[in-house]
Amino acid sequence: MNRSKWFILIAGLAIGAIAAILVKLGNPANMGFCIACFERDIAGALGLHRAGVVQYVRPEIIGLILGAMLTSMFAGEFKARGGSSTLVRFFMGVFMMIGALVFLGCPLRDVLRMAGGDYNAVVAFLGFIAGVASGVFFLRRGFNLGRAENSHSNVGGLLLPLFFAFLLFLLLKGTVFNPEAGGPLFFSKEGPGSMAAPIGISLAAGLLVGLLAQRTRLCLSGGIRDFILIRDNHLLLGFIGIFLGALILNLVFGFFKPGFAEQPIAHTMHIWNFLGLYLVGITATLLGGCPLRQLILSGEGDTDAAAVVVGMIVGAALCHNFLLAASGAGVPIYGQIACVVGIVVMLWIGWSYREA
Amino acid sequence: MEKVDVSGLSCPMPVIRTKKVMDQGAEEILVVGTSQVSKENVSKLAVSQGYQVEMTVDAKDNWEMKLSKK
Repeated sequence: MNRSKWFILIAGLAIGAIAAILVKLGNPANMGFCIACFERDIAGALGLHRAGVVQYVRPEIIGLILGAMLTSMFAGEFKARGGSSTLVRFFMGVFMMIGALVFLGCPLRDVLRMAGGDYNAVVAFLGFIAGVASGVFFLRRGFNLGRAENSHSNVGGLLLPLFFAFLLFLLLKGTVFNPEAGGPLFFSKEGPGSMAAPIGISLAAGLLVGLLAQRTRLCLSGGIRDFILIRDNHLLLGFIGIFLGALILNLVFGFFKPGFAEQPIAHTMHIWNFLGLYLVGITATLLGGCPLRQLILSGEGDTDAAAVVVGMIVGAALCHNFLLAASGAGVPIYGQIACVVGIVVMLWIGWSYREA
Repeated sequence: MEKVDVSGLSCPMPVIRTKKVMDQGAEEILVVGTSQVSKENVSKLAVSQGYQVEMTVDAKDNWEMKLSKK
């Protein structure tokens, strides 16, 4: 194994361990990190949806994007770029969130759930592999959303990181515009949104993981994609590292509870766990990266990836306002319909965007 | 010499495009691109497929490499 493979394996181990520590310090169970859940919480904190139990400005997300931005600037890789079917990517972000909230987690949380002994996450993982494989099918047939162009100004690449920095400012300052109704930020008083590690630690964890993910190019859909496509296991090692890092600390902390039933923030509808991450897998593969990778790319100045992140936040608001999101009780009928619609739309996009 | 332009393509298209040309049996390939990630990925692929990599342009925003079969 060469140096860069050791580096991504160790980075993965660190990320998995950090995730378990965040749970120990107050984050919801098996949710040290979850890009989808945390973006959903941010959508709630901004008042874009009214699900009172999932509203919080997650400092981990802010840390991830700012960590990736600072690291890429330091490495000379920060560059504003975009223009590769930006609106299509926005809607793909919306559907990626729908898939994630049907399952209740992004691919990163899927790994963390597996490391916590949640067998439902294994079912979803099979769906994820199938989704990535479907995406690879289209990639092999010449799927392409078009070329991105480097911008002559870096301002565009700074906008989303600055927006998140502004949210951090509001969070730390605790500004209240409307004492009766709340706002500008809304916070859960109960439920997952009320469970959080201390702000400083969450932010530091995000910054550190942002740095690691930027340097290693960590991507959960990419790990499976590269293995299917060219039998390259580089990114997969990061995936395995996260699993082992979280598993070891879950065992130490006594968080490891194997089984299907009674898993934290999870449901046991196998078909929807499978199809939820199937939708995330195919979408992430067509986009070129999983939700985590989209966030890291946004920090590097990729405005197309930033459109995906904004799409995911808007998608989360739609999920809760339209009653699409799953809960411990299962997936509502509208969520099931939206998930199938999402898969059909991805197959349509995958087929339509092939080049001769 | 075959030429492959992977400028502005998102993952993993730079690798797919380069590999396609390799699979057609090209002995010498010129690959041009813009991102550091695609540079890393294409050169990794080239080494794994038994090509020698020579960077002819290696700037922050654009690069060019010559691949030749050993």
